[in-house]
Amino acid sequence: MKDSYDVIIVGGGPAGTTAARHAAMGGAKVLVLEKDREIGVPVRCGEAVDHEGLAPFIQPDKKFIASEIRSFKLIAPDGTVVKPNIEGLGYVLDRKVFDYELARIAADEGAEIVTKAYVDGVEKRDGTVTGVTVQYQGNRLKLRSKIVIGADGVESRVGRWAGIDTTVSMHDMESAAQVTAANIDVEQDTCCFYFGERYAPGGYLWVFPKGNKTANVGLAVAADRSKQKHALKFLEEFMEEMYPNAAVLTKLAGGVPCAETLEKITMPGLMLVGDAAHQVNPVSGGGIISGMIAGKIAGSVAAEVARSNDMNLLGRYEKEWRDSLGIRHHRYYGIKKVIYKFRDSELNSIAAEISKLPEKDQTLGALFKQAVVKHPLLILDVMKLFFA
Amino acid sequence: MIEIHEEKCDLCGCCVGVCPENCIDMTESRISIVDAICTSCRKCEWACPFEVFKFKNDKVRLKATA
Ligand SMILES: Cc1cc2nc3c(=O)[nH]c(=O)nc-3n(C[C@H](O)[C@H](O)[C@H](O)COP(=O)(O)OP(=O)(O)OC[C@H]3O[C@@H](n4cnc5c(N)ncnc54)[C@H](O)[C@@H]3O)c2cc1C
Ligand code: SF4
Ligand code: SF4
Repeated sequence: MKDSYDVIIVGGGPAGTTAARHAAMGGAKVLVLEKDREIGVPVRCGEAVDHEGLAPFIQPDKKFIASEIRSFKLIAPDGTVVKPNIEGLGYVLDRKVFDYELARIAADEGAEIVTKAYVDGVEKRDGTVTGVTVQYQGNRLKLRSKIVIGADGVESRVGRWAGIDTTVSMHDMESAAQVTAANIDVEQDTCCFYFGERYAPGGYLWVFPKGNKTANVGLAVAADRSKQKHALKFLEEFMEEMYPNAAVLTKLAGGVPCAETLEKITMPGLMLVGDAAHQVNPVSGGGIISGMIAGKIAGSVAAEVARSNDMNLLGRYEKEWRDSLGIRHHRYYGIKKVIYKFRDSELNSIAAEISKLPEKDQTLGALFKQAVVKHPLLILDVMKLFFA
Repeated sequence: MIEIHEEKCDLCGCCVGVCPENCIDMTESRISIVDAICTSCRKCEWACPFEVFKFKNDKVRLKATA
């Protein structure tokens, strides 16, 4: 570790390492600081992505793909199953290996990566972020950089230290719990989503297969609706009811900022990317691909800023993000506000109508029509969101 | 008064994300609250998926306004 870089990235998740890769490709001297002792560990994720989102960043490879997904099941509170006819391919990843791969690629481009390095503050001069302070091997070091990229996930403290309010509202924070379970019978090419108050108020429950009778079973509850009963309790009850013979291989907690992108994602000397910037699909909670999309833009722009010393270029990151995904997330956020108002009885009756149709007619269009009868809501859009 | 049941904590950061005062510290191995800044708003308690926080009394400590 040196004491000065062009670009310092805090956080070695997909957003951070993708930013590192593209900043290094742009010729910048790049350092990634990660507080955990290993990149990719612990995994805090359902690990589902779509092929189209993934392929531009990394060649899909068996070594980090646990299963290929070809269909969905949507399950209403009363158990009615809708199996929408969906084109396209998805994957459940093995994120431990996946995150490692992303870091390796960044390193191949020349980025330096240091683990067990806990950033505890940012340095500022005249309103410009000029570096970070990091606790490393018993010392507290001051490191300088032209640009700091906060890719520190849901905690998003880098932004706050610098003066950007990154707090997630209780309404938008999804409080999550997940197990990776073995010895459970699930279709290996199907992702299941359970909706309704009984499973996950203000969120949903997922079962994503990972091969050999294992799966990620998790759920997320809106934080403002989990006062009485916390996410883990919901999950334990579901496991007991559905998979009493499962063995739990790992159990994890998590928070997902299902909000709109922060209004401010840059300031002189600083950019925020990924969960730290609230760049998560607000309906599905998916943030791997969107974090990488933001990381790519931010990394490229950071390299240009480092080359030219022109902080005005930071606006380009803001603009490119908003023009690509930001604007879509804004629309999805509107949809989210509507779907989470559905009551269980309404979800049941939508599902009941759809499930009467022959399977080939259980299309998103049909789902959409039913939903519109119940609510003026574009559920078609909603379902597309899960893998788009 | 907050009790922190550290043994239950999974270091996921959800509480840190909702804390309006940015007074929860989370290193690779530990979570802690800077008491002097905490307003006892209880958001961390509600947001935590694993029920790590327990508030002992409901009285909200108001932040001193200078
Ligand atoms: C239960 C759950 C299920 C999910 N399921 C899916 C899914 O199926 N599909 C999907 O696309 N998304 C899913 N997500 C969301 C997805 O995991 C995140 O959006 C994604 O990981 C965000 O990437 P990131 O790089 O922004 O942040 P992260 O992956 O969170 O990485 C941030 C990194 O920063 C490090 N860090 C934080 N603070 C510091 C510090 N002070 N100093 C040094 N390092 C620091 C952290 O240790 C961490 O490694 C899920 C999330 C949860 C919680
Ligand atoms: S939300 Fe709960 S489990 Fe997660 S870091 Fe905070 S105290 Fe620990
Ligand atoms: S009670 Fe409120 S202010 Fe105190 S640590 Fe929890 S969230 Fe932060």
